[in-house]
Amino acid sequence: METTTKKIHALYNDDDVLLHAIKEIREKKYTIDEVFTPFPVHGLEKALGVPHTRIAYAAFIYGVIGLIFAIWMMDYMMIVDWPQNIGGKPNFSYYQNMPAFVPIMFEMTVFFAAHLMVITFYFRSRLWPFKEAENPDPRTTDDMFLVEISVKGKADELEVLLKKTGAVEIKLIEN
Amino acid sequence: MMYQLPNTLRNFAFALIFIGAIGVIYGFLSVPTFEEVKSAHLAASEVMHHSADNMGTVANDEHIFHLLHQLQNRPWAALYVAIFFFMMISLGVLAFYAIQHAAQAGWSVVLFRVMEAITAYLPFGTLLLFVFLVFSGLHFNHLFVWMDPELLNQESAKYDELIANKSGYLNVPFFLIRAAIYIIGWNAYRYLSRKYTLAQDQATDNVNYSKLFKLSAAFLVFFIVTESMMSWDWIMSLDPHWFSTLFGWYIFASLIVSAITTLALVTIYLKTKGYLEYVNNSHIHDLAKFMFGFSVFWAYLWFSQFMLIWYANIPEEVTYFIARMNDYKIPFLGMVALNLFFPLLILMNSDYKKVYGIVIVTGIVILIGHYIDIFVMVMPATVGDQWSIGIPEISSVLLLLGCFIYIVFNALTKAPLLAKGSPFVKESKNFHYYNID
Repeated sequence: METTTKKIHALYNDDDVLLHAIKEIREKKYTIDEVFTPFPVHGLEKALGVPHTRIAYAAFIYGVIGLIFAIWMMDYMMIVDWPQNIGGKPNFSYYQNMPAFVPIMFEMTVFFAAHLMVITFYFRSRLWPFKEAENPDPRTTDDMFLVEISVKGKADELEVLLKKTGAVEIKLIEN
Repeated sequence: MMYQLPNTLRNFAFALIFIGAIGVIYGFLSVPTFEEVKSAHLAASEVMHHSADNMGTVANDEHIFHLLHQLQNRPWAALYVAIFFFMMISLGVLAFYAIQHAAQAGWSVVLFRVMEAITAYLPFGTLLLFVFLVFSGLHFNHLFVWMDPELLNQESAKYDELIANKSGYLNVPFFLIRAAIYIIGWNAYRYLSRKYTLAQDQATDNVNYSKLFKLSAAFLVFFIVTESMMSWDWIMSLDPHWFSTLFGWYIFASLIVSAITTLALVTIYLKTKGYLEYVNNSHIHDLAKFMFGFSVFWAYLWFSQFMLIWYANIPEEVTYFIARMNDYKIPFLGMVALNLFFPLLILMNSDYKKVYGIVIVTGIVILIGHYIDIFVMVMPATVGDQWSIGIPEISSVLLLLGCFIYIVFNALTKAPLLAKGSPFVKESKNFHYYNID
């Protein structure tokens, strides 16, 4: 009995065909490791059964951090370290100057939420500078959709299934 | 499926009208006389600081007259806020409806009949408002100080140069003519759009649909100009010395968020009663997104108007906010919690936007918040520090709410609940936001 794990790369050339194929492959209890697509395909996460993203919660926390940072920053800059009299507004009181700081609080909230969210997304996707591309086939950056499946044992049955679901090319990769 | 007006809902509406009418009449009858105000005032000032004797009698009488005017204004102002608030909801839905047609939106077709029903209140609401303005013009009430002819009389002690300079625009006949133009224009669009969509249901081609598209685009141009002018005339002129260049937008933000909230509430109500079978969670989710987005938009304008005036600190501008910060601190700042923080934090979560209970609770909070918004726009100039939320205010809201519920739900019975003739009806039935099961 063979125990080595093999990988199969199945290529599709249409996103609708891909979505149907994924549904059928998963019904047959095969495990899909990864799908490479040239553009974001709507409904792909759902078809793959990937758990819902939690980035929204992260974004909220980042926004709160930005808001707190802005509140502290304006207090330090404008009240504590170097009080500045602008437009005759009292520079010794945070409370009385607060409306002037609201736009900064807003901008910092957006800035922190947006940038930290992007950075989080890159790290969760294992993307960072000088990272080697994991993309197994350059055609997936053009017009092909690639499904990567690990199989234990014989892959013949799976290959038949993939052909049936409309795969235009199937590659077996022995480890 | 045709909608049947349930007896319980009709009786509920009539009960609201009845209770509200009694309260409004009570409010008008309980306005104190000069002598009552005087004795109450003297009693109060003796308790306060024992200085009633020190005040000059003339100055004191003038002060009591001022107080009396504010107390006389109170039932009128309470009624005016309620009339304007419900008219504004109906007008906002009409604008939203026109946007759907002009944008050729597909998702909202299954909601068209609900929108049309809410705009069915517009003829009644605008007529009531017009009658109210005519009463103001005939000096039955003194909400609009600039209507006092003494202010334009150079010989008079009350002569007000600023208002006299504005009298080319702010005079009663032109004021009423403008009001008539806005009201006729809005109602004409409402009448024609209803006619065209009903005709489209029976038609085999899209002629009515394309007529409606052009009409809606033209109406939106008319609307954004008249809405802005309406806000100067009907709200901003209550403080005739004061002006704000973004006031039209500010009223628009309040108007559109209240309108979409009402639309969501009526839709959910009908949905829970088993109607509107084609409305799904994605439609509710979209309405809740609009509620969320326009709440933030409102806060942006509220703050922009406040901050620029606060920072520039020009006396003729800041008086507006000083009156609000001194006498209306709780409603003025409290509505920011109701209109911004509450919907912002609750509706931020995507999953909550499709939960009926959450949308209803948030919607009610938003509507209360925007009632207070209009309240804080109207009251400081009319009743000053004599404001309160008591029988006149609550009764006025109940009275108008009763009329609103009766007219809206009665209008729903007049046509099938699906605008089946719209070319986008299938898209709307199949509308599905990818994030929703």
